[in-house]
Amino acid sequence: MEKIRKLSKYQGFWPVVVLLAILLINGIISGGAFFEIKIVDAHLYGRLIDILRNGSKLMLLATGMTFVLATGGTDISVGSVMAISGAIACSIVDGRILPGAGQNVQAAILLALLGGMLCGAWNGFLVSKIKIQPIVATMILMVAGRGIAQLITDGKIVTVNSDSYYFINGYILGLPFPLFIVLFVVALVLLFTKRTAFGLFLESTGCNPVASHFAGINVNSVKWMVYTFCGVTAAVAGLIESAGIKGADCNNAGLFMELDAILAVAIGGTSLSGGRFSVPASLAGALIIQSITTSVYAMGVAPEITAVVKAVIVICICLFQSAEFKDKMRKRFSGHKQERTAKPA
Amino acid sequence: MSNENMLIRMEHISKSFPGVAALDNVPLELKSGEIHALLGENGAGKSTLIKVLTGVEERDGGSVLLEGVPIFPQSPQDAQKLGISTVYQEVNLCPNLSVAENIYIGREPKKRGSIDWKRINQDSRDLLKRFNLTIDVTKNLDFYSVAVQQMVAIARAVDISAKVLILDEPTSSLSSVEVEKLFEVMNMLKAQGMGILFVTHFLDQVYAVSDTITVLRNGRYVGTYAAAELPKTQLVGKMLGKEYAELDLSSEKEELTGGERDGLLEMKRACGPGTISDVDLKIYRGEVLGISGLLGSGRSEIVRLIFGIDHLEQGEISLDGRKLAGKGPLPAIRCGVAFCPENRKTEGIIGDLSIRENIILALQAKKGMLKSISRAQAERIADKYIRMLEIKTPSQEQRAKNLSGGNQQKVILARWLATDPQLLMLDEPTRGIDVGTKAEIQKMIVGLAEQGMTVVFISSEIDEMLRCCSRMIVLRDKKKVGELSGKDIAESAVMSLIAGGVKSGEDQEAV
Repeated sequence: MEKIRKLSKYQGFWPVVVLLAILLINGIISGGAFFEIKIVDAHLYGRLIDILRNGSKLMLLATGMTFVLATGGTDISVGSVMAISGAIACSIVDGRILPGAGQNVQAAILLALLGGMLCGAWNGFLVSKIKIQPIVATMILMVAGRGIAQLITDGKIVTVNSDSYYFINGYILGLPFPLFIVLFVVALVLLFTKRTAFGLFLESTGCNPVASHFAGINVNSVKWMVYTFCGVTAAVAGLIESAGIKGADCNNAGLFMELDAILAVAIGGTSLSGGRFSVPASLAGALIIQSITTSVYAMGVAPEITAVVKAVIVICICLFQSAEFKDKMRKRFSGHKQERTAKPA
Repeated sequence: MSNENMLIRMEHISKSFPGVAALDNVPLELKSGEIHALLGENGAGKSTLIKVLTGVEERDGGSVLLEGVPIFPQSPQDAQKLGISTVYQEVNLCPNLSVAENIYIGREPKKRGSIDWKRINQDSRDLLKRFNLTIDVTKNLDFYSVAVQQMVAIARAVDISAKVLILDEPTSSLSSVEVEKLFEVMNMLKAQGMGILFVTHFLDQVYAVSDTITVLRNGRYVGTYAAAELPKTQLVGKMLGKEYAELDLSSEKEELTGGERDGLLEMKRACGPGTISDVDLKIYRGEVLGISGLLGSGRSEIVRLIFGIDHLEQGEISLDGRKLAGKGPLPAIRCGVAFCPENRKTEGIIGDLSIRENIILALQAKKGMLKSISRAQAERIADKYIRMLEIKTPSQEQRAKNLSGGNQQKVILARWLATDPQLLMLDEPTRGIDVGTKAEIQKMIVGLAEQGMTVVFISSEIDEMLRCCSRMIVLRDKKKVGELSGKDIAESAVMSLIAGGVKSGEDQEAV
């Protein structure tokens, strides 16, 4: 009991509990089929693997988004950046642009990541140097980004025929490759925040940018870094997406993913007004959203109303996490005893 | 006095916040037709007492009787309905609405389902006329001066409920003529039988209007006195307690003047963007330099310029012979400059971070992002300063926002001491903190200077400056108007320099 109480102080505790609960409910409803993992062609298959595999994009976006939200900002351009990165990579592999690269997959990936980085740096520039409100600053790229992607692909859906490109969404050691990408990025991020003072500077910036500036922290460069990194994670997610559909669809790649990413971080308990953050909690948040999506489909809910079902579940989770709501409920169920005793006779 | 005209009787009021007893068994009585001054240093519990009375804070214990009936206001609106209105230091109205709208907002008279604008404007005009104020009530509130805004706020408060009026530092942003006008209004309301509770820091004003004085100190009740029977010196003694006397003895310092002194920082013809102009300044090693002047005289601007927060437009600042680049605070920090800003909440403390994180923040910034201070090291540093400065907290993991103002200030001091600065600049370090901590900080300033640190000290309280500083420069209208050192530092000399145009100021400038 004591241990649980200690654990519950971690930001990731409640998101993980919710995640486990959703999985458990699914398991019970499906009579255990939900947890089944089969091995086909030396690859693992099953609902859980599905969630991890499909959730990998969201986990990557949520990682970058966590930092952005921790500064008190927001980045609504990640969906468009995904489209740009997919467009760059597929067009190069297809030989449509940069024929000099010789349809080299490595070059395509590298340039796509660079593209994402530039997009992020642009956002960071607008927010930290020009001081545009983050939601407005990133809206520019959100709107324009898909146009840029169309420019790159010449307005067409580019399909690629390259096994080495498909591998981004393939399998390694029986597990989906995107999962390894997520693990790599998260390990890198955790190492960076642990080994350097970046985490402290980031939280400090998010809590009180003015006081942080007075304490000698370069608030602008912290912000710039954060948006740039968010652009890179979006580019990686864009690569996974395009490898999954074996092509670049500028209109639909990563559509509305920015909202899911923000939601994932919020469910993870990082305040949208900035400050304390936890990457693992955001990952749990991303998995919660993905498992809801997967289980709604698995339960056979009609596709037209899945969004509604998802929304209802998300509302429940948010209420469950709200301290205010919990407090009200507690008061309601314990009657008005407290209030009565508080008043002197 | 009979009980008949007793408006408010508060008894045994107690209120504590985590770790602090803000009020301890405090009584207060307010009669109708009385102006009652509530006095005490910052942190004495005045504002908490008012908050309890107006329902902003719930009391932990004690009783409040309004005309003999016990009341439990849950919110300011609640208190207002009962007849208790408050006008705060900062005007709590909407600057973008018209004067009339402000007066009637939330209780607009209606006619056939829609707001009766004619009546609102007419009634507002009549109401303000009672306060000798003839203004166009259809103009936006922010068109008028703060004094008028304050008067409108009082008019609104009185119009809503006319039993008890609480004025929380109403005069701090008013000119002397405006203060006179406010006092007229207060006397008029008093004649109408209202009870007025008046909080201020200006003792002269207390004697100008108050009938009765209640003094609080450190959350405790000191006493209630008739204003006419309590001389000013005694009042000050009661407000300050004996801590100040103790400090006075300890800081009997010898003069640092005489002989060649070692310069640390030099400012030549420095200009900031719209802040200070042509200021020359020399700071010597190991001195406590006071920068004096009224609010807005440029005293904060000088230290902000040195610290690199404001951009240096002209002139130059050199530390130890090296030029300070002045691009953000970091270069200054790396040169060994530290700065406790004036606004603790917005510019100093980072509320959601722990005390440990707050303390190591500047040191970490000085070292750079990549050279992380290990957890163990950070804990050692935090521990050292928590003990050294006697920061009252259950643990260093406590969030800084849960600390009292004085302890927050100590955390910021710790943050800068941890960077081992050679020049420590303190802008109003004792504002809004209790007397005890104030004395501690003053002692610390003198102590640090004795150990060889150079301190620049800014404070609105001249007494405090007189006690701590070995040299003092005085600013007026963003210009340096004088310099005092050693024995010349006396209240009268400083005052005349601040007030301006006095001969002694020119004498000093020649030094």
